[in-house]
Amino acid sequence: MTGRYDVLVVGAGPGGLEAARTAAAHGARVGVADMQPRSGGQVWRHDVRRGAPRAARAAAAALAHVDQHFGCQVIDGDRGELLLEHERGALRARFDRLILATGARELLLPFPGWTLPGVTGAGGLQALVKQGLPVDGKHAVVAGSGPLLLAAAATLHSHGARVLGIFEQASAQAVSAFARRLWRWPARAAQAARLRLALHGVDYHFAHVVSAAYGEDAVRSVAIEDHAGRQQRIDCDLLAVGYGLVPNVELAALLGCALEPLGAHQRVRVDALQRTTVANIYAAGEVCGIGGLQAARLEGAIAAHTALGDLRSAHRLHASRERARRFAEAVTKSFGLGPRVRALAGPDTIVCRCEDVPLSALQGFTESRAAKLATRCGMGACQGRICGAALAELFQFVPAPPRAPLFPARLGSLVTAPAGTRNGAGERAILPGEAPCAAPRK
Amino acid sequence: MTRVALCVNGRSLQVRAGISVAAALAQSGTATRRSPRGQPRAPLCGMGICFECRVCIDGEAHVRACLITVRDGMVVTTE
Amino acid sequence: MTGTRYDLIVVGGGIVGAACADAAVGEGLHVAIIEPGPVGGGATGASMGHLVAMPESRAALALARYSLGLWERYAELPEAEFHRCGTLWVAREEPELATASEHFAWLTGAGVRARMLDREELRRREPALSHSLAGGLLVPDDATVYPPRMAQWLVDRAAAGGARLYVGRRAQRLEGEAVLLDDGRRLQGAVLIAAGCDTAQLLPQLPLRARKGHLLVTDRYPGVLRHQVLELGYTEGVRGEAASSVAFNLQPRPTGQLLIGSSRELDATDAAVSRPMLRRMLERAFSFMPLLRELHALRAWTGFRPTSADGLPYLGEADATRRIWIAAGHEGLGVTTAFGSARILLDLFMGRTPAIDPTPYLPARVLS
Repeated sequence: MTGRYDVLVVGAGPGGLEAARTAAAHGARVGVADMQPRSGGQVWRHDVRRGAPRAARAAAAALAHVDQHFGCQVIDGDRGELLLEHERGALRARFDRLILATGARELLLPFPGWTLPGVTGAGGLQALVKQGLPVDGKHAVVAGSGPLLLAAAATLHSHGARVLGIFEQASAQAVSAFARRLWRWPARAAQAARLRLALHGVDYHFAHVVSAAYGEDAVRSVAIEDHAGRQQRIDCDLLAVGYGLVPNVELAALLGCALEPLGAHQRVRVDALQRTTVANIYAAGEVCGIGGLQAARLEGAIAAHTALGDLRSAHRLHASRERARRFAEAVTKSFGLGPRVRALAGPDTIVCRCEDVPLSALQGFTESRAAKLATRCGMGACQGRICGAALAELFQFVPAPPRAPLFPARLGSLVTAPAGTRNGAGERAILPGEAPCAAPRK
Repeated sequence: MTRVALCVNGRSLQVRAGISVAAALAQSGTATRRSPRGQPRAPLCGMGICFECRVCIDGEAHVRACLITVRDGMVVTTE
Repeated sequence: MTGTRYDLIVVGGGIVGAACADAAVGEGLHVAIIEPGPVGGGATGASMGHLVAMPESRAALALARYSLGLWERYAELPEAEFHRCGTLWVAREEPELATASEHFAWLTGAGVRARMLDREELRRREPALSHSLAGGLLVPDDATVYPPRMAQWLVDRAAAGGARLYVGRRAQRLEGEAVLLDDGRRLQGAVLIAAGCDTAQLLPQLPLRARKGHLLVTDRYPGVLRHQVLELGYTEGVRGEAASSVAFNLQPRPTGQLLIGSSRELDATDAAVSRPMLRRMLERAFSFMPLLRELHALRAWTGFRPTSADGLPYLGEADATRRIWIAAGHEGLGVTTAFGSARILLDLFMGRTPAIDPTPYLPARVLS
């Protein structure tokens, strides 16, 4: 199973979908791939009980002439071909032009108790609830930083959870300054107002951080600290805590696209036409820096127009794109992380959750490779995506450059025959439901 | 509402069709994995990044439960 | 200038340099260690970390046997992560079993415990391997370790014993009886170059080539495999002069992960993972263990083995007037032979007779 595309889009969130739609409208042969089982990305994630937002349904419906590879994870690639893995095997997809709309992940920072079941990211819990995770009647605390907390709390609330409070680390002054500037982005102001309304009765606290989670086999309570260091304990079943977003730059970096700093993290460098530093590779949306839904859609369209040589249409969207990006800059400024959130972890707090590496084992290292060799930090299945971002935030460690496989992949997938050959490679020898468990269980 | 039946650690579990394996496991109160030191873990990121929701699905170990939709007859084993 | 004069300046903080520095401190010497990257960050960190009695040549086996005995002191050390999994040499066809018998004779002759396995016993011991394998040879005392942590532990012990660390500094060149660092400092004293592939930069006259290798590690699958497994054709691949070759080598780590090798490319300089090479290596591995196809790979990486002219390391004095010593060129056996190499080198340095005949390893054999 192979594909060959004029334009291949990686990521089916708002930016990727807009890129695919725009490219298809130009008459190009287009493919879109996403690791999630359905289109929408995170912000437009399908909710099993409520369906997807109208805009998301419209964007998905516009893909009639686009090859859709959902549940497909990019595990390797070069400048003309990607290797994708799915449940039943792997496939190679060739492309003339590639648009990276790989989005962002949550920044999750270590604190005592953050490994307990029931502690999730803020967007993480929202995603899980939309996947069908039951929260009806559960007591939830939402904490961390950024406007995503409101959205996460709204989703929890609407699915029957009792949201005991939203605890934002930024100060009330910083956030109200942000809110006062919202009028410049009317759509955003309306959205924020709707969210506040939905959360009627939920307290929104500022300058508060979650300093610990407690419980034996799952979270039972959390400690919240105010600006003066005063602690309160809150009993809860769920703690959703996220500190903003970090671009998913790994594929771009593997393909040789230049990155640039984004605070302690990195984003893909693009020009005004969404061109990366590699010919025929474009990037759109959060991977170019956290810009939100509107910016992502505009950039997806610009990238597709540019990729297909319609520079006039691309240029026409530029002013709107700049405006949407300015909003994101305002968010970053208002919700900038204070020093407290970098000092929550104690010596025994696990930093690398895959390999159980505590903070104390990492003291004294000045870069990620030496720390990795000595402690295995970042050597696990997440390949340092969680602890690498945390260490960048905590210690300014520069994340190690990504290597193939970009995500853990079946060994059989790594030998998938090149596109165009027909020797049966790609399909798994053993299909789901037929194999004995590869790992014996106790 | 369509329902499907899974086998989780040898026990039958009825869940709503269309939900993720991670959601199904949460419904049955099952942790997804044990860390190297033996701590119970459950989904963290919900979007395929953190690998805390790794389980064995139909014989394949270390599959991310948050990325897979339940299927009737699916066999899920956790550590 | 006091403080920059040493009895022995060890260039290289890999497993060999670390073992030499530690042994030198044990002799009461004032030692310096120069390492540009993280300790154990070169071939040591890229390696499989096997302790294997490799029946390549009599001299290689003698050194391995001697060194394996010294490794036993660290079998209980947590940092070593010593795991006595044994080695299973496996044969695909009946004729390869002749090689197994040859290995058996060599090993037992050198005092290494070994046992021939027939098809059924091989299958009983490692049911996940292909059932078509013809049999094999079990070497039960072979083990695996985690080399970078061990190197760090040795460097830390040397430092605790008074060694001075120049970590993050590169030895730029040798000047008379001194080493010039990249920050301009000069360290005076006898120099031991244990810099793996970088040794050639300081001593261009030494015949040393870098042989690139690929490795891949899987997620955790505890219990799937118990022994390290090597194909019997492995030693031929090691000796061979082919531009590139692959040989099956599979190792169960104490974590339950599987480490898959191996590939060899002479004169490849690019450190990037070569997809065709990785595919070749994996296809080879699948032919011995089809189940591998279904397991998940976490990471693939490459490393460079410092390869001498004759497959034996260079251990001893390279230049008597300038007091330059070498411990390098261990190819794929630097971890196995680190402690033996260090002991032999320090015995020679201190003017004593080593426990095994050092003649085959002396650098004089290649330096005019």
